[in-house]
Amino acid sequence: MATIITVTSGKGGVGKTTTSASIATGLAMRGYKTAVIDFDVGLRNLDLIMGCERRVVYDFVNVIQGDANLHQALIKDKNTENLFVLPASQTRDKDALTEEGVEKVLKELEHQGFDYIVCDSPAGIEHGAVMALTFADQAIVVTNPEVSSVRDSDRILGIIQSKSRRAIEGREPVKEHLLVTRYSPKRAHEGEMLTYTDIQELLRIPLLGVIPESEAVLHASNQGIPAILQKDTPVADAYLDAIGRFLGEEHPLRFVDYEKPGLIKRLFGGK
Amino acid sequence: MSWLSLIFGEKKPTASVAKERLQLIIAHERASLSGPDFLPDLQRDLVAVISKYFPVNPDDIKVGLEKQGNYEVLEVNIVLPEGR
Repeated sequence: MATIITVTSGKGGVGKTTTSASIATGLAMRGYKTAVIDFDVGLRNLDLIMGCERRVVYDFVNVIQGDANLHQALIKDKNTENLFVLPASQTRDKDALTEEGVEKVLKELEHQGFDYIVCDSPAGIEHGAVMALTFADQAIVVTNPEVSSVRDSDRILGIIQSKSRRAIEGREPVKEHLLVTRYSPKRAHEGEMLTYTDIQELLRIPLLGVIPESEAVLHASNQGIPAILQKDTPVADAYLDAIGRFLGEEHPLRFVDYEKPGLIKRLFGGK
Repeated sequence: MSWLSLIFGEKKPTASVAKERLQLIIAHERASLSGPDFLPDLQRDLVAVISKYFPVNPDDIKVGLEKQGNYEVLEVNIVLPEGR
């Protein structure tokens, strides 16, 4: 059985694609055969974040419409074994994603022996976003410590609970995970930013991880290498911990407490 | 603000304000979204029944559900055509 993981948020620009790329890469690094699908038809970006933009020949919509088969459209990742990217279409309109078409592609991926299928949702609550969460078994809700992001996350949780297949068919509900991104322990400590516990209290779903705000994310996207591969950076370590927790391991949260820099550090080595 | 905080540029801790605002709006939106969604159907049926006796416009019938303390109040407001 393939497990379908939808990465969603409602709000745009919070780190969905960064997270999709890193979660998919992390699962593949653990040996699971993983596909990551871009659902943002017309505004595809996962290919850039994964660094495969020049190898896109066919896309998700081509497969749905029968212009190409899945094998032709899947791009084998160059950094990580077991990982494949299915890019979104850049030209066609969003309605090309039909429920039957999406279901067919997901079934075929399962048939080909994929363990995990990561669906990178577009922002908003329109058709593309609903299609990305319709078949979800698990959902990773990406939230920034900021009012509009938290409210939109709550909204998208409501949509998962009403429009997913699992909800409609009355099966076991979609397993929801909270991933707080762009977190600044210092600002949270000083009361300028919602803390991750505040966010968890508001949204009332289990916490998968806290990804610190970091320059490493921009470095990663500049190069087309998922952030989880930026070795020895707090961002990569935080994503690796999140993968571990997702797979049922216990890892204490890191990079969430603010340590006051000592005098020496402030004078010489402080950023 | 004291002169000290002026010099050191102390920032106001506003996260608690954000949290309070979110608690209110999220609770409100959850309540309104999880409410019964039979209201449009009820309104349609009412229009159908009442138009048997009066020529009413669908917009002249308003159906709303309101929470007042522990009670939920179903309010149906029908504007009958003039000149009868």
